[in-house]
Amino acid sequence: MDLNILERLKLPSEGIRVADRRLLQGNESICEGAIAAGVRFYAGYPITPCTEIAEQMSIRQAAVGGVYLQMEDEVGSIHAVMGASLTGTKSMTATAGPGISLMQDGIGWAQTDEIPALIVNVQRAGPGLGNATRSGQMDIMQARWGPNGDREAIVLSPSTVEESFWLTLKAVNLSERFQTGVITVPEGLVGLMREVVDIPDYDTVPIETRLMPDDEGAADPSRIYDGTMTEIRPFAAVGTEHRSINGNWMRPETDATHGVRMPLTGLSAQDYNIRRLHHKITKRRDEVTFVEEVYTDDAEVLLIAFGTQARTARFAVDQLREKGVKAGLLRLITLFPFPEEIVQRAAANANLVIVPEMNMGQIRGEVTRVLRQHPAEIVGVNHVDSTYIEPDEIMELVPVAARHLEGAAV
Amino acid sequence: MTTIEASPAAAPARKRSAPKPMEETIEFYGNVPNENEGKHFRYCPGCGLGIAQSAIMRAFERLELDPKEIVTVGGSGCYAVMGSYYQASQAHMGHGRAAAMGTAIKLCRPDLTVVTLQGDGDALAIGAQHFVHAARRNIDITVIVFNNFVYGETGGQHGPTTPRETITQTSPYGMVENDFDVVDIALGSGAGYAARTTVYHAQHMVRAIEGAIQHKGFSVVEILQNCHELWGKRNGMPTAPDMLKWYKDNSITAARAAKLEPEDILGKFIIGTWTGPERPELGEEWRKLVDRVQGGEVEAAKRGSGKPPALA
Repeated sequence: MDLNILERLKLPSEGIRVADRRLLQGNESICEGAIAAGVRFYAGYPITPCTEIAEQMSIRQAAVGGVYLQMEDEVGSIHAVMGASLTGTKSMTATAGPGISLMQDGIGWAQTDEIPALIVNVQRAGPGLGNATRSGQMDIMQARWGPNGDREAIVLSPSTVEESFWLTLKAVNLSERFQTGVITVPEGLVGLMREVVDIPDYDTVPIETRLMPDDEGAADPSRIYDGTMTEIRPFAAVGTEHRSINGNWMRPETDATHGVRMPLTGLSAQDYNIRRLHHKITKRRDEVTFVEEVYTDDAEVLLIAFGTQARTARFAVDQLREKGVKAGLLRLITLFPFPEEIVQRAAANANLVIVPEMNMGQIRGEVTRVLRQHPAEIVGVNHVDSTYIEPDEIMELVPVAARHLEGAAV
Repeated sequence: MTTIEASPAAAPARKRSAPKPMEETIEFYGNVPNENEGKHFRYCPGCGLGIAQSAIMRAFERLELDPKEIVTVGGSGCYAVMGSYYQASQAHMGHGRAAAMGTAIKLCRPDLTVVTLQGDGDALAIGAQHFVHAARRNIDITVIVFNNFVYGETGGQHGPTTPRETITQTSPYGMVENDFDVVDIALGSGAGYAARTTVYHAQHMVRAIEGAIQHKGFSVVEILQNCHELWGKRNGMPTAPDMLKWYKDNSITAARAAKLEPEDILGKFIIGTWTGPERPELGEEWRKLVDRVQGGEVEAAKRGSGKPPALA
C-alpha cells in the first residue's frame, strides 16, 4: 500500500489492513473505493469510457446489499442519486462526455441543496459526442462552473489506478462532510488502464458520515437560516423523526408554521445561503486541498499538471534535473477550489511555468490568474487530438534542455 | 379524451372508520399557512389545487399514515409548494424528476409512502421519460398528476395535455398539436393502477388517491383541475364555478362509459379507476435478488451463460 497516496489525500493510515493485492482496472478501482467508503446506491446510464463502473456496480451492489439502478438517462441518474441520498444512503453516479453535460441540472441541485453525492466523470475527449474511446482533460472548467447559479465546487483528479481507489473514497468522505456533490474527473486513460492495487480491509478504512440532527454538536434547526449557524447544517434524512425538506431539518409538527424560514425565501436568505455555500468550503480549504510536490522548493522551471499528464510531466522533471535544470512539478489533485496559495508558493522561484494539459489551456487560465503579479513566463503544452503529451514536448520549452535535445537529434 | 380499453376496477377497499373532522386532519397532516405570520396560500383564488390538497390529506388520514412515514416529491409548477403545506417530508428538485427521485427513495426506504406531486407538463413533458420508466419498473410509488391543460406557473402556455384548438399564450391561433391521455400512458407503460378524477368529484378523488396509495406497485391519479385564471379565461370559462360545472357536465364514470357507444363518450372525461395486469414490483424483486446473491444462491453470470427469455 502506497502510504504517500493516503498522506497526500490527508487520510489517516493507521489501522488500515491490506487484505489483497490485485491487478485492477481504473474503473474497477473507482467502484471499490466507493464501496469501501460506504456507497450503497448507484444509479447511472452506461457510457464509454466509464461503462465498467456500471457493470461492476451491478455485480457489487447486490453483493453488499446496496442498490444498482440503471436509469433511463443521465438526468434521471443524478436525480435518483439525490433521492437515495435524501434517505441518508451514500450514493453515486458515473458518466462521461455528453452524459456529464446532461447531469449539470442535478449537480447544481446537489451542490445548492446540499445533498451529498459523488459524481464521477471519466473524461473522454470532447466537445459534443467527442471521441468516446479516447482520453481527454476537457471538462475541467465545466466541473467547476457547469451548473447554473453560483456555488463552490470540490473537483478532484486522480492520476493512477491505486490513487483512484483512495481518491474516490476521499471524495465520498468529503461529500458527506461538506454535504455537497463532489466531482472527480479521472481521464478515460485512468479509467481503462490496469495497475496493481493493494486492496485494504474495508472495515479498517477511514470513512465519514454526514452530520445528522441527533448527532452531538448539531445546531438547533431554528438557527439554520437566521445567520448564526455554522456553515455546515445537520442533514435531515426523510423517514426519520425529523421533518425533512430537501434535507433541511424542519421543526416537528408541534410548531405548525415552523418558525424556520424555508431556504431561499427572501433576498437576504438567498444572499446568506449563497455566501454560506461558498464559505463552508473555502473556509475549510485545507481539508479539501491535495497536491503532490516534486522538487518545488527550488524550482526555476515549474511544471503544473494533473491527472495522467502529470505522470509525463514527472518524467520530464527527472530528465531536466539530470541535465542540471532546476525543474519541479506541482501535481494538482484538487483542481477546485483552485489551490491558489500553493501555486503561488511553488512558483516563488520560477522564471518559467509550464502547464501541460489535454485541452486548450483551462488550468493554464487559472494559473495565469493566480500568478498575475508574478514575473514568470507561463506557457502551455496543449493536446486536443487525444494523443498524450510527450516529455520531449515539455523539455523543448526549456532553453537548456532544448539545446540538449537539438544536439541529440544531430 | 379517450381511454384505451381496460376494465374499470371495483372501487378500492377502504377503511370504514368514521371520518375525523377536517380540523383534526389539518392539525396532523397540514401545515396551513398563517396570514398572521406573513404566509398565505400561493394558489390563485378558486384554484383547484386546494381541493386536491385536501383530498390528498384526507386520503392520508383515512389510511392512518404517520406523516413521518410519508415523503412527497415535487417538481416545478403552481403545485410545487404543496409539499411544504403537509407535515410530511418533502423532496423538491429538478423539473420533472420526481418519479426518478421517488424510485430511489422507495428502493432505499421501502417502508415509506412515496407520493409524487406533478403537473401535466412536469409528468408528461419534461419528465415523461421518468414517468413511463417508473411505470415500466413498477416501483411502488404513487404519482399524482394535476392536469389543468396549461402551464400555469409560467403564465398559461400550452402543454402536452392541452386540448386541440384551445387558446393558450403560445397557441394564440388555437392548439395544433395532439394531446396525451394520462391514464392511457400510465396503463400502456405498465402501471397496475390508474385513476382519473376531477376537482368537481372531490369524494371520488379521495377514494382514487387512497386506492392508489394502497396499490402495491406503480399507481397514477390524474386530477383534472381548474385553471380558470390562465386557461379558462381564454376558453370561455372565466371563473372557478364555470370550470367546475364544465367538469360536472362533461364527466361520466368508467362503469357507465363501458355501456355506451364510442360516439356517445367522445369528448367526455371518463372518470374512474383502471387496473392493469399484475407485474413484479421493482423493490421486492431487487431485495429478493440481494438475498439470493448474499445467500450464495446465485452468482454473477459469466459471458454466454444466459438462456433465451420466456416470451409472454
